[in-house]
Amino acid sequence: MAEAPAIRTHALHKAFGATRVLRGLDLEVARGESLVVIGGSGSGKSVLLKCILGLEIPDAGEVWLDGQPTGGRPRPAFLERFGMLFQGAALFDSLSVWQNVAFRLLRDRRPPAQARARAIEKLARVGLAPEVADLFPAQLSGGMAKRVGLARAIATDPAVIFFDEPTTGLDPIMAGVINGLIRDIVAETGATALTITHDMASVRAIADRVAMLHAGTIRWTGRAAGLDDAEDPMVQQFIHGRPEGPFTQP
Amino acid sequence: MTGPLVATGRATREALAGIGALARFAARVVAAGLRGPFHGVEVLRQLGAIGWQSLPVVGLTALFTGAALALQIHAGGARFNAESVVPSIVAIGITRELGPVMAGLMVAARVASSIAAEIGTMKVTQQIDALVTLSTDPLKYLAVPRVLAATLAVPVLVAVGDSLGIMGGWLVGIGRLGFDAQTYLVNTVEFLEVWDIASGLVKGAAFGFIVAVTGCFFGMRSGQGAQGVGRATKAAVVTAAVLILAANYALTELFFRG
Repeated sequence: MAEAPAIRTHALHKAFGATRVLRGLDLEVARGESLVVIGGSGSGKSVLLKCILGLEIPDAGEVWLDGQPTGGRPRPAFLERFGMLFQGAALFDSLSVWQNVAFRLLRDRRPPAQARARAIEKLARVGLAPEVADLFPAQLSGGMAKRVGLARAIATDPAVIFFDEPTTGLDPIMAGVINGLIRDIVAETGATALTITHDMASVRAIADRVAMLHAGTIRWTGRAAGLDDAEDPMVQQFIHGRPEGPFTQP
Repeated sequence: MTGPLVATGRATREALAGIGALARFAARVVAAGLRGPFHGVEVLRQLGAIGWQSLPVVGLTALFTGAALALQIHAGGARFNAESVVPSIVAIGITRELGPVMAGLMVAARVASSIAAEIGTMKVTQQIDALVTLSTDPLKYLAVPRVLAATLAVPVLVAVGDSLGIMGGWLVGIGRLGFDAQTYLVNTVEFLEVWDIASGLVKGAAFGFIVAVTGCFFGMRSGQGAQGVGRATKAAVVTAAVLILAANYALTELFFRG
């Protein structure tokens, strides 16, 4: 029997008032795969992530995690082995960097010295010095905050990691650093990764497979290596950033 | 012609729906507080932020209120040759009514606003979503410690406010109204009953609960952006203040209905 996908959505619908964001979206992410969902601003990429996590309840359709239907609610067992890098890093302002990274460990009553050591180890993995551990989020640059967010996402060696617009707001060099870190970490850990972005550099660095979201459904999906050869004119317009073509922003 | 009626009806319906949602939220916070895990460090941090840091504003408010009350009671009492009641009426008025209400309103202004702004900002910067992804219930991590801390801290603030309020009356009594310092204190203690003080402390606990629940409720419902957080902050302060005054009447009816 084939192994159930790590993540599966079927006929997912979500509307906010009169705006129908997701319109019967079907998607599968296999275990250990790195899938990148691309699409224009406002195409529903973030809503898709939130529906999978149970942060938004779909109007119709179903989300399966590890082969089990979620009923639209967050699943504690899934979240226990899950990590996420948020678009703005979403670090907790009132906690120091190491407390942010070790948040889950501290919650699990791990001794603070041990949790701090693990946090410093993960900070080193994302290229940050131990001195950063005692800073607060307000003292970090955008790139540093993203790296701390990445360290927090991988602090407990999760089996599934989500990356929400990982390079938004970063300069090209820092974006390259973050893309490289994500690629290396996903390869090292064998984690299932789901990334949403409209940054083609991220797509090429991170993706095993790419899915293009448009008008609330998956318009195209295929291997990352075959992206440039995709025949869909909308995909071609998007990946080359051409202003003229079938693609119109909502 | 029916326009204002329709608008009033709609506003009333929305207000009642809002009160219902707030009551359901309060029930969820209480239920979450009865289940583990407990974030003791957060409770201690909030006790400092809500209790300790509110002491100056509550203390000063109580001091000046007690002083003004002494002058008013003296002026009113003079009409019946009853100036001697100033110490006892100041003490009863402060402990039963003005101490808890002033402390509640001051904490509402200082704490409900800061809780709503902090949690609202956390919501718009996805920190609350981050808590969920880190297997942490935002209600238990954010709301329960604040509500517990406020419910414990405000009665202490009321007790301090009561003392300073009575001291304000005493200072005016001996400085401006010609009372003997010792006689003023003897009259204060003689006419004050334990229930006068205890009822004020119970009111303080209720007001602390209202302030923190209201701040958390509006923070977690905050709209997007700075404007959304601003609206949540304003709504939290206004609602907390109105609820404190309404609860004060209800508790006074309950405690002192002849």
